Amino acid sequence: MSKQYEFKTKGLPYLLVLPQMVIVFIFFFWPSAQAIWQSFFLQDPFGGRIIFVGFENYLKLFQDPDYWASFTVSVAFAVAVSLSSMAIALFLAVQTNKKIRLGSFYKTMLIWPYAVATMVAGVLWLFMFNPNVGVIAWVLKYKLGVEWNHLLKSNQAFLLLTLAASWKQISYNFVFFLAGLQSVPAALIEAAAIDGASPVKRFWKIIFPLLSPTTFYLMVMNLVYGFFETFPIVHQVTAGGPGKSTQILVYKVWRDGVINLDLGGSSAQSVVLMIMVIGLTIIQFRFIERKVTY
Amino acid sequence: MTEHRKSARIFPHIVLWISIVIIIFPLYFVFVASTRTSAEILSAPMPLFPGTHLIENYSKALLDGAKNLGASALTMMKNSFIMAMGISVGKIVVSLLAAFAIVFFDFRGRKFCFWAIFITLMLPVEVRIMPTYKVISDLGLLNSYAGLILPMIVSATAVFLFRQFFLSVPREIAEASQIDGASSMQFFGSILLPMTRTPIASMFVIQFIYGWNQYLWPLLITTKQEYYTLLIGINRMLSGADVQIEWQIAMATVLLAMIPPVIVVIVMQKQFVAGMTDTEK
Repeated sequence: MSKQYEFKTKGLPYLLVLPQMVIVFIFFFWPSAQAIWQSFFLQDPFGGRIIFVGFENYLKLFQDPDYWASFTVSVAFAVAVSLSSMAIALFLAVQTNKKIRLGSFYKTMLIWPYAVATMVAGVLWLFMFNPNVGVIAWVLKYKLGVEWNHLLKSNQAFLLLTLAASWKQISYNFVFFLAGLQSVPAALIEAAAIDGASPVKRFWKIIFPLLSPTTFYLMVMNLVYGFFETFPIVHQVTAGGPGKSTQILVYKVWRDGVINLDLGGSSAQSVVLMIMVIGLTIIQFRFIERKVTY
Repeated sequence: MTEHRKSARIFPHIVLWISIVIIIFPLYFVFVASTRTSAEILSAPMPLFPGTHLIENYSKALLDGAKNLGASALTMMKNSFIMAMGISVGKIVVSLLAAFAIVFFDFRGRKFCFWAIFITLMLPVEVRIMPTYKVISDLGLLNSYAGLILPMIVSATAVFLFRQFFLSVPREIAEASQIDGASSMQFFGSILLPMTRTPIASMFVIQFIYGWNQYLWPLLITTKQEYYTLLIGINRMLSGADVQIEWQIAMATVLLAMIPPVIVVIVMQKQFVAGMTDTEK
């Protein structure tokens, strides 16, 4: 790169990066620093009094059974959403990739949910499963004898959230799996077929290993989605309930900060979340460099 | 295609049709509800076929909105549109400029700028809710379009995509334009930008959808009805007891909130897929 031609104008490059840098500092670095700073203080939400408490906010957090419950449900939720939406998306991508008629029609029909807001996905499923007006809830109750009320039963609430969040995420995974499948050389598959490998064997022995970079990338992206981007679904569908049973970490930060005005506690939670995102991002980039392939 | 048996050829079609039906299923009920009256929806089970109140419900949703909401879908659509356009166009402009500086100029602090932008990937709004709220409130940007848009227009993804594209542009073109007496900004405006059309279109699709579908941020900073976006409006319509909710209006608004981004994805599918899979590399 050093031998490449470069413009020499002095000052201009600073002007060009300025807008980006101003926004990065005001809206990213400053608030993040504030979160770290505030996590060491106790603040009275009505007066301006602040007291330095060191790691007390963190200690309180880690000793709080509510926090661990929230942590556990977040992990379970993120894993459930990632596995189900990836498995379904991979299966559908394999079917679409068979060079069949109507291929591009199927593709469009499977991609469009990407454009649906996470919150709207929550509403779509909420409407079917609403205990009073939902069609599915009615069928479950009067035809199948299952009493559906996700506002009272926490396992049903968890299931409903998983359904809504996975429904939305399938299209994202589908796009990447299909792109991955299309880059598998056809000659390789044909050679294996000539050697007598069954379609199932061809998939697991050749195609799936070749897809491993895509699978890995998606695994990380899906976990990030499950952990952080599903706030709208939880906020709309269960509001963390029944009780606090579906209160995922992001929802808890929001509730403790915005509703309960516990600045110190909410900031400590923010810092823990930041560390989690940083961890996931580093894992991702290490593997992308190494490219998980054969 | 390596399989030739008839069953092997029909199987994918059956599977795909079933999945498409399942995927569209939730949408169908929302549509049916948006053509019915409140009483019909509340008389469980709701009728399974569209009713006759389509025009009535949609015009009520668009012009008046649900009762007690104080915002019509038309106003909220305008707000969602301003926010989506502001975010997508803002992101693209700011990222293009930054990527241009980082790739085509040699200046002190270049590495620093690159990493500063990169780190924003690790700081989504969701993890710094309270302090970001405070910054916006200190700047007096609560309930304003600037408040809705500005904090969202940093995008490491867009900078990466444009940087990657710029790196593939032969440097001889830049050098030749200098020799011909063009300034660096003239090179940017009349040579580089036209070449970047495709990545810009891809970014636009992705960021428009991202902007239109923002939820947590508007939820934090909009308390006045005139700044409600569609999603915030829907949330407000659906809070309260089931019998008091005007389901038919809420569901009509849900469809109105879905249609614009879905159309963008379907019409610009090629750019959309390219944009998604390119940023991965």
